[in-house]
Amino acid sequence: MFIPDTIVNRLRHGCQTMAFPAGPPPALPDRHGGALRVDAAKCATDCAACVPVCPTRAIVRPPGEPVVLDLGKCIFCAECVTACPSQAITQTKDHRLAVRRREDLRLGPPGAEEVRLAAALDEKLKALFGRSLRLRQVSAGGCNACEADVNVLNTIGWDLGRFGIQFVASPRHADGLLITGPVSHNMRLALEKTYAAVPAPKLVIATGACAIAGGPFTGLPQVCDGAAAVVPVDLFIPGCPPHPLTILDGLLRLLGKLA
Amino acid sequence: MNPPPEFLPLSNGTSVPWAEVPAWPVDDLVTATSAALERGGRLCAWFGVPGAAGTQLMAVLAFDAENTLAVGRSTPVKQGYSSLTPQHPQAHLFEREVWEQHGLEPAGHPWLKPVRQPAVNHPAMGEFFRVAGGEIHEVSVGPVHAGIIEPGHFRFQCNGEEVLHLEIALGYQHRGLEAPLAGGPDRTTMSRMETIAGDTTIGHATAYAMVLEALTGAEAPLRAQWLRAIALELERLANHTGDLGALAGDVAFQPTSAACGKIRGDFLNLTALLCGNRFGRGLIRPGGCRHDLETARAAQLAARLQTALTDVDRAAEWLWDSNSVRGRFELVGTVTTDQAAALGLVGVAARASGLVRDVRFDHPAGWHRFAPVPVAVWPGGDVFARARVRWLEMQRSVQFITEQLATPAEGERFAAPGAPAGDTLAVALVEGWRGELCHVAVTGPDGKFRRYKITDPSFHNWAGLALAMRGQAVSDFPICNKSFNLSYCGFDL
Repeated sequence: MFIPDTIVNRLRHGCQTMAFPAGPPPALPDRHGGALRVDAAKCATDCAACVPVCPTRAIVRPPGEPVVLDLGKCIFCAECVTACPSQAITQTKDHRLAVRRREDLRLGPPGAEEVRLAAALDEKLKALFGRSLRLRQVSAGGCNACEADVNVLNTIGWDLGRFGIQFVASPRHADGLLITGPVSHNMRLALEKTYAAVPAPKLVIATGACAIAGGPFTGLPQVCDGAAAVVPVDLFIPGCPPHPLTILDGLLRLLGKLA
Repeated sequence: MNPPPEFLPLSNGTSVPWAEVPAWPVDDLVTATSAALERGGRLCAWFGVPGAAGTQLMAVLAFDAENTLAVGRSTPVKQGYSSLTPQHPQAHLFEREVWEQHGLEPAGHPWLKPVRQPAVNHPAMGEFFRVAGGEIHEVSVGPVHAGIIEPGHFRFQCNGEEVLHLEIALGYQHRGLEAPLAGGPDRTTMSRMETIAGDTTIGHATAYAMVLEALTGAEAPLRAQWLRAIALELERLANHTGDLGALAGDVAFQPTSAACGKIRGDFLNLTALLCGNRFGRGLIRPGGCRHDLETARAAQLAARLQTALTDVDRAAEWLWDSNSVRGRFELVGTVTTDQAAALGLVGVAARASGLVRDVRFDHPAGWHRFAPVPVAVWPGGDVFARARVRWLEMQRSVQFITEQLATPAEGERFAAPGAPAGDTLAVALVEGWRGELCHVAVTGPDGKFRRYKITDPSFHNWAGLALAMRGQAVSDFPICNKSFNLSYCGFDL
């Protein structure tokens, strides 16, 4: 009998929503690794062991210059961490990855060893969106992993609604877009039209390696190598896919809801 | 008339020299394929292999009852061939795809139009099928949908609320990933395989690894095969749980919807326990696995698996016990056994129409040779049957993982693979959570891929959804769609 059973079960479980951000964040899986840190100063002269192992060509080291890892292109396979002989590339276990400016994802030189986390919106936009942010999600060549882990934020464990953030069915009802996928040419028109249908002022959030720079599909002739080729982007959330905690952190950081 | 020539039999996850694959004039290939389908064969893949002298057509067939696969090819084709589709509807999309990719026209194809070919910033659609009449209206949905899901376009021909015909136009997710696989494998290949369909990372990565291992002539160590089999069932559990929740959500049955949303995450976190990534990225590589499942980790996996099973068991019971849910699920979106067989449906959709069809059972490879999985079949072919098959499979997946954890394979998890053999064909089928994944590679003299063909189960099954909608109300579309839950990007490639 489902009616008494569901009520009893509900009472037994109590509230299943996590304490975060008031309490500690849920632990990342021990093999997740979190964000990357690059200490280019530790690189041996002329060593470029990390460059050829990167599947998305996220790492470059021009002769005589320090190594640069573009965390926007990174799919977090950590092959470079294994390949590096001098521990110049390491994992920090930190779930926080979202940035406001594309260049804040380029790691390596002194002072830029880690991502420069996103600043909150300015006061005017924060006043507009801080208590109520409605987003339209557009998958444009996404593989359904980013989409799935965005969807997870709407489940009872994460309960995105408690922050006033909601995904809506129409761009006309939205304050912005959350884009996944490298933007396939076949989705370009649909993305442009959806963006145009959102009333200004509007935000764009590029979620996942594909939406930032094309991810595993970087350079393929049928994709645009990321959302920024089509629309202006206000927040970049790296990952393949980003852990739900990373996505939530990015959204809250943008709205100035994290200390 | 001569008897049709014989296909070359081979087993799942093996390779044969390209020269040994029988090659006939294309008319003979069509005749032979038609005869094979007539006697119960199934088309796993039908594609073109480009070459200097022209494109060769390639057929990969499955004879499920005989537990064998078979391959054959044509000599280079200049213009076209006689379409299989009028007799064998399961060939309809394959023939459209070959036409789009190689310009070979299947003469007599009843609905020849693009599959995913780009126009200017949108897919080339062609004309839609239209029902004529003053009472008829058309409903057009997508590409951008109301939820957090992938894009696709649905065109309904309706008389009042009744859907007379649904045409599904995809291609929006086309990333053009298949063609550039030629010339590989290289450092980009594996990450693309893992993202063909992100919810099927383990399935596609396993199929690719099997292809490469078949080409090098060395299987992955048993320990890796064991790990892959466990990961494949974890992927099935997460997705099936999500689907039960989504189906409940679409009929406004909140208790199961809310519970399954969370439990799905619990299963994804078990995959993350294995490799750090909730979708299994970075776990599988040609030659084995990148991570091991040590004793303590295996014990943790077993305990958390039981907790998740208890939770999902309860949530599913509410669903089955509710008359209002059964009232919405039963006799809606029915696909008969004959229709499912004619369309060549695979996976959950096929088994829910009463077809006994499961790669793990019919064409066991890897660890499934030692640890068989029973096939979960339910008659009826409706939304209820598709939900029910998922539930049966979930119980068996938990049982399978529990048994495997109790009897681990010993040894190394990885052995560096050698170089792929040149001028060789390799075929791998994997029963992903949606159904059969088929990967086929043909190498050139240098061991590099000349052609790599991917067939996601969604390629077979989208037509099943279109058929299921005939005679239904427009408002039945969400539950019919969820009951199939097909991949857009897996289809669009």
